[in-house]
Amino acid sequence: MFSFALKKKIYGNSLAWATGVAAFSVVAAVLIIMGIIFYGGWGSLSWDFIFASPKGGMTEGGIFPAIIGTFLLVVIMSVVGVPIGTVTAIYLCEFVSSKNKIAPLIRFAVNTLAGIPAIVFGLFGLGFFIQFAGSGLDSLFNPGTIKWGQPNILWASLTMALLTLPVVIVSVEEAIKTVPRELRDASLALGATKWETITKVVLPNSITGILTGAILAVSRGAGEVAPILFTGAAYFLPELPHALHSQFMELGYHVYIMSTQSTNVEETKGIQYATTLVLLILTFTLNFSAIWLRYQLRKRAVRQ
Amino acid sequence: MDKKLLLKKKFRPGEWFAERMVSLTAYISLTFIALIFIFVFREAVPLFKDRSHEVAAFKAAPLEEMETYGSEMVEGDAGVLENPSTEDKHALHVSKASDLLAKDWQPISDQPKYGLWPLFAGSFKVTLIAILLAAPIAILAALYTHTFAPKWCKELMKPTIEILSGFPSVVIGFFALTVLATAIQSLFGFEYRLNAFVGGVAMSLAVIPIIFTISEDALTAVPKSLSEASLALGAKKWETSLFVILPAAIPGVFAAVLLGFGRAFGETMIVLMATGNAALMSFDFSEPVRTLSATIGAEMAEVVFGDFHYNVLFAIGILLFIISFSLNLFAEFFVRQKLMKKFRGN
Repeated sequence: MFSFALKKKIYGNSLAWATGVAAFSVVAAVLIIMGIIFYGGWGSLSWDFIFASPKGGMTEGGIFPAIIGTFLLVVIMSVVGVPIGTVTAIYLCEFVSSKNKIAPLIRFAVNTLAGIPAIVFGLFGLGFFIQFAGSGLDSLFNPGTIKWGQPNILWASLTMALLTLPVVIVSVEEAIKTVPRELRDASLALGATKWETITKVVLPNSITGILTGAILAVSRGAGEVAPILFTGAAYFLPELPHALHSQFMELGYHVYIMSTQSTNVEETKGIQYATTLVLLILTFTLNFSAIWLRYQLRKRAVRQ
Repeated sequence: MDKKLLLKKKFRPGEWFAERMVSLTAYISLTFIALIFIFVFREAVPLFKDRSHEVAAFKAAPLEEMETYGSEMVEGDAGVLENPSTEDKHALHVSKASDLLAKDWQPISDQPKYGLWPLFAGSFKVTLIAILLAAPIAILAALYTHTFAPKWCKELMKPTIEILSGFPSVVIGFFALTVLATAIQSLFGFEYRLNAFVGGVAMSLAVIPIIFTISEDALTAVPKSLSEASLALGAKKWETSLFVILPAAIPGVFAAVLLGFGRAFGETMIVLMATGNAALMSFDFSEPVRTLSATIGAEMAEVVFGDFHYNVLFAIGILLFIISFSLNLFAEFFVRQKLMKKFRGN
C-alpha cells in the first residue's frame, strides 16, 4: 500500500509525536494539579487564615499552629541533618582513596537510605527514638514518668533529618565536585594542609551546594507526612509547641486529617484546599529557589 | 637542619582529630541503615514467640482456684486441665506467626485475622497500575527530551519534572481524593469512588519523576559515537533513537522502572488517602484496596503497644524495608554495573 520510504516516515513521525504527547501530558498534569489547588484554595486564603488558630471544632479559623509546627520541625531537622550531610559529602569527595573499602559501602548506605519508604522511617522513629532512646532517657533521669518516651517534636525532627540526609549529601557532593581541581592543587602547593584546603578552599566554594541541599531537604521535610504520623504530629493542640518534648501540628498532617478523618469533610473543603495551597506554595518556592541555585552552580561548572 | 625532618609531614593533632571526626560522621548513615533494620526488626520479633503460654497462664490462674473446691476430682485432673486449654484456643484465639499467611485481614475483631495476602494483593494492584501508566509516559518523555525536543522544550521539561517530584505526596493524595476520584468515577462509572485505579493513577504522578530522571540519565550516558555511527550510516533520527540509543540504555531504563516500582510499593500517603482502604482479596481494579504501607499508616496510631497487632505492623515495615533494599541492591549492582561494563567494553 505505502511505499517503504513513506512507511518509515509515518513510523518516525508517530514516534516523535508519541514522545511529545507523553512529555506534554506530564507538563499538563503538573499545571492542572497546581491550577485546581490554586483555584480551590485562593478564595479561603487570607492573612487571617494564616495567623489564626483552628476554631469551632476545626471547622473554621486558620492554620497558624500547623505553620509554626512545620517551621519548628524543619528547623530542628536542618540543624541536625545539614551538618551531618555536609560532612558526609566531604568525606565521600575528599577522603576517599582507592584503598578505602568503607567509602563505597557508605555510598551504598546513602542510596539505600534514599530508597527506604517514608513509613519505615516512621516505624524506626517509633521503635528507636521513642521506645528505645526516649524510654531509656526516662528510666535514667526520671524513672516512673513519661517525658521523652512519647511522640514529640524532637523525635519527629530527628526521624525527618534521617530521611532527608541523602538529599543534603547528594547536593553538597555535586557542589564539591564543581570546585576545580586547580584550586585544590594550588592550595596544597602553597603549603596548606588537606584540612586547611577543605575548610578554606573547598567549603567556601561549595556554599551554594550546601544551601541547595538544605533547601531541598526542608522542602522534602515539610512535605512528608508518613514519618511523623506516629512520631509527634497531633490532630489538634490548643497551644503552640513550647519544648522539645511537646507535640506539634503540621501542615501536611493537617491536610491528611482534615480531608480523611474530619467530622465534616464537605464543610471544611475551603480549609483543606487553602492548607494544601499553603503547603504547595511553600514547597514550590523552596524547590524553585533550589533549582535556581543549582542552575547557577551548573553554569559555574560549565564555565570551567 | 636535617632534611628528613623538613620533608616529614608535621603531626597536627587538631587536624588529625578533625579528620577522624569527618570519618566518624560519614559512618552515621551506614550505622543508621543497620539501626533501622535492627530496631524495626526488634519490634517485629515477638511475633514468632509462642503466645499460647501467656494466654494459658492467664487462664490457668482461675482454674487452679476451681480445683481446690473439690478434692475428690483428683482423677479427673488431667481431663480438666486438658479440656480448657483446647477450648481456650478457640475462645481466646492465640495469634501466631503462621496467621500471617491467612486470607483475611481483620485485626480489630473478636477473632482477629492477620492474613497479609489481601494487603500484598492491594500493594501489587496499585503498584502495577502506577507502573503501567508511569513507565511508558516517563520513558517516552525522556526519549523526547533527549532526542526530539527543541532546546526550549528541554529547558521546560527539567524544571517541570523537578516540580512534580517536589510535590508532597500528601498534596497528590489530596488531589486524588477530592478531584481525581470524582473525575474517574464519572468517567468510568465505578461503583466505589475511591479504588485501586484512582490510587494507581495518583501514584503514577509520584513515580514519573523517578523513572524519567533515571531513564534520561541512562540515555545521556550512551556514548555519542554510537549515535553518530548510526546517523553516519544514513539512519534517521528516530531510527537512531529507537534502535540504537534506547537498546543501549535499556539496563538503565530497567533500573529506573525497578526503582519506580520500589517507590510506589512503599509510598504511604497517596494510597492512604486515595484507595478506600478496604482489605479485599480481589483482582478487580475498580474495588477499594488496602496496601501494606497504608495499613501501617492507618492502624499504628490505634494499636496497643506490644500487642500482636503492633508486632505485625512492624513486620510489615520490615517487609517493605527488605523489598526496597533488595530492589535498590539489584538496580545498583546488577543493572547499573552491567550497563557500565557494557560501555567500557570489558
